[in-house]
Amino acid sequence: MDKKLPTIEIIEKYCKGCHICVEFCPTKVLEMKGFVASVKNLEACIKCMQCELRCPDFAIKVTA
Amino acid sequence: MAFDYDKYIRPGKLPHIWCPGCGHGIVMKGLIRAIDTLGLEKNNTAIVSGIGCASRLPGYLDFCTLHTAHGRAAAFATGVKMARPEMNVICVGGDGDGTAIGGNHFIHACRRNINMTYIVMNNNIYGMTGGQFSPCTPTGAKASTTPYGNPDPAFDVAKLAIGAGATFVARGTAYHATQIDKLIVEAVQHKGFSVVEILDDCPTTYGRRNKFKSVIEMMNRLKDIAVPVKAAEKMTPEQLQGKIITGVLFKEERPEYTAEYAKVIERAKGGK
Repeated sequence: MDKKLPTIEIIEKYCKGCHICVEFCPTKVLEMKGFVASVKNLEACIKCMQCELRCPDFAIKVTA
Repeated sequence: MAFDYDKYIRPGKLPHIWCPGCGHGIVMKGLIRAIDTLGLEKNNTAIVSGIGCASRLPGYLDFCTLHTAHGRAAAFATGVKMARPEMNVICVGGDGDGTAIGGNHFIHACRRNINMTYIVMNNNIYGMTGGQFSPCTPTGAKASTTPYGNPDPAFDVAKLAIGAGATFVARGTAYHATQIDKLIVEAVQHKGFSVVEILDDCPTTYGRRNKFKSVIEMMNRLKDIAVPVKAAEKMTPEQLQGKIITGVLFKEERPEYTAEYAKVIERAKGGK
């Protein structure tokens, strides 16, 4: 089945590397790359928007 | 669809000054979503703060904002509301700013029942000035000024507000992000003084001194200790030991201050 993937935009300038998005993503889509978050496994994304909702730094934008 | 926060943020102000993992950013997002839900006009909304980490919040928001003296947010906000009663006034501040230095203003704003919303971001510490203990620091917790543990019992901000006469009191946490905007929406819609206490985390000055290994551990603690009002009703006092009750804790209707004051003006003018 062809699934339309969301786009997860991470604004690296804003990210402070607090790990909140990585930890609270229920399907482990995100990982830390150095000091900033990055997308590891976009296929697993269920568009729950938890990362965007919890990011304290306005650094994540999920467009489904 | 991503929520467009940029619409309400002053251009070029981000990234904000808060530390990695600080919950204030989550609260700010909740406030923005609440304002969007309510459809408040930018020119008709005043956001007032005192001094502190949490009080930096209005600087980022594109509304009528007022950054005032330490603890005096409620006093300045009262002035704004009295001069322009049609304005939506929202105060934001931390636990030290609201309950210690501004404690007097806070309780008297509660007593007057003036139509505004006060958001207390309770992170249990004075973060900006280097981690001194605040009235909301739990007993036994370590701060830079209580290195052997804090002997003082902590204020319960919600109980303080109820006792002082606030007519709407709610409590949420930075972990329960979707609840924040719901509580703020209800608080702003309430006619009278509404207090929303949001339990927050301060990983830099509180967490590090109190054996929290990470931001995640602090967030999970908030998740573990929070009990919704309805669930708490069925629990015994022993079960509620160490827990905090979240949700709308108190709501009543009482004459509002600006409306009552308008009547005073009418009487002074010779009307009845």
